[in-house]
Amino acid sequence: MQFLSDNSDLLWSAFLTTLSLAVVSGVCALVLGTVLAGMRVSPVPPLRGLATFYVEVFRNTPLTVVFFFLAFGIVEIDLQFPSRFITAVAALSLYTAAFVCEALRSGINAVPPGQAEAARALGLTFGQALRQVVLPQAFRTVVPPLGNVWIALAKNTSIAAGFAVTELTASLQRLANVNADQLLAVFAAVVAGYLVITLPSAWLIRVIENRVAIVR
Amino acid sequence: MTSQQTGGPLVQLTGVNKWFGELHVLQDIDLSIDRGEVVVVIGPSGSGKSTLCRTINRLESIEKGEISIDGQRLPDEGKQLARLRSDVGMVFQSFNLFAHKTILQNVTLGPTKVRGHSKADAEKRARELLERVGVSAQADKYPAQLSGGQQQRVAIARALAMDPKVMLFDEPTSALDPEMINEVLDVMIALARDGMTMIVVTHEMGFARRAANRVVFMDGGRIVETADPETFFTAPRSDRARDFLSKILNH
Repeated sequence: MQFLSDNSDLLWSAFLTTLSLAVVSGVCALVLGTVLAGMRVSPVPPLRGLATFYVEVFRNTPLTVVFFFLAFGIVEIDLQFPSRFITAVAALSLYTAAFVCEALRSGINAVPPGQAEAARALGLTFGQALRQVVLPQAFRTVVPPLGNVWIALAKNTSIAAGFAVTELTASLQRLANVNADQLLAVFAAVVAGYLVITLPSAWLIRVIENRVAIVR
Repeated sequence: MTSQQTGGPLVQLTGVNKWFGELHVLQDIDLSIDRGEVVVVIGPSGSGKSTLCRTINRLESIEKGEISIDGQRLPDEGKQLARLRSDVGMVFQSFNLFAHKTILQNVTLGPTKVRGHSKADAEKRARELLERVGVSAQADKYPAQLSGGQQQRVAIARALAMDPKVMLFDEPTSALDPEMINEVLDVMIALARDGMTMIVVTHEMGFARRAANRVVFMDGGRIVETADPETFFTAPRSDRARDFLSKILNH
């Protein structure tokens, strides 16, 4: 266990990097995914088409390829993100937003159509009906699938290791090289870092699910 | 904002046609409804009466013809349609109260978001309306905690909160337990007495007799007969209306 105290700084900063990658990307993906879901159910065909195109592109492209494109591909068109961390956040957000959108869309479809009809009959615009009536109910039914998306995102942050972001998995590679005799302990420390994020999340998801449940 | 007072009929349908795929659900519907008039639409199921009701605020689009409200043609989509809808109250068969909002919030949503009224004003008015329909004690509960009859009365209050020019009722008592039907009908009758313009799709012949100025009988997507309630129930002109009435009034 000597290596733990020797490397606590590296492990701690790697853990914080993983956590902030997950949280920042999670928030961005939630916002973008919500907008996309709204577009996918909108009465305007070009918006629907655009959102569908987006979802199909990002849902069917491996995350590593998205990383590659944002890290190296966009240089071809003279673009570059200000930092490797932001590159990783962009890749994770764009990719995860597609899954958030689809989870939310299933929730929107589960809201009885009469709810949106009643909203429109009152004179609410499509956007108002979506924000005031449909989405709040949709979110409540998709807490478990959104929880899955969040946990997948937390683990997907490990791809950033291949793109020079020193998060947990990158620290695993580094520590494993210099502590080859304590490989299992290194693994345990890194896995524990992920579990510290995902296990409380699972618990929190259950709490949120129970709290926001609506009686019908 | 409220009434343009064009003097003409409040609701005017001219040559309205609608198809669901092959099915011609509305055929050459002409109907005009004056201010303060209560029109009851009856007919066998599948006759197109609910669809007719839903075309008036464009919850259903039409393929041919024209619908205008207070002299203004129904817009196809967008903000103008939303504004026109805000003047047309609607009460659904299945209540459709917003499940995630309290009773009070259900009634204040439209006035605050559509009319731009302050929360305090909207709540004051909402409480008055809930009082009027007899559910003021339930203001802070959620829809699922109320009986069907109470929910439907809240739905009426929610529609009234917009100060609509006309109210549409799409089989408002069909989903209710029998002992709750009257509490809803009483509210509707009071509303009719107060001079509200109403279009009511219903199977409640008692309501039609007591409150209607005019009965419209539909069958197979057409308006077969229009008459005042007394004439319609005692001496219907068409065979189909006679047949329909004999089936429902026999027992």
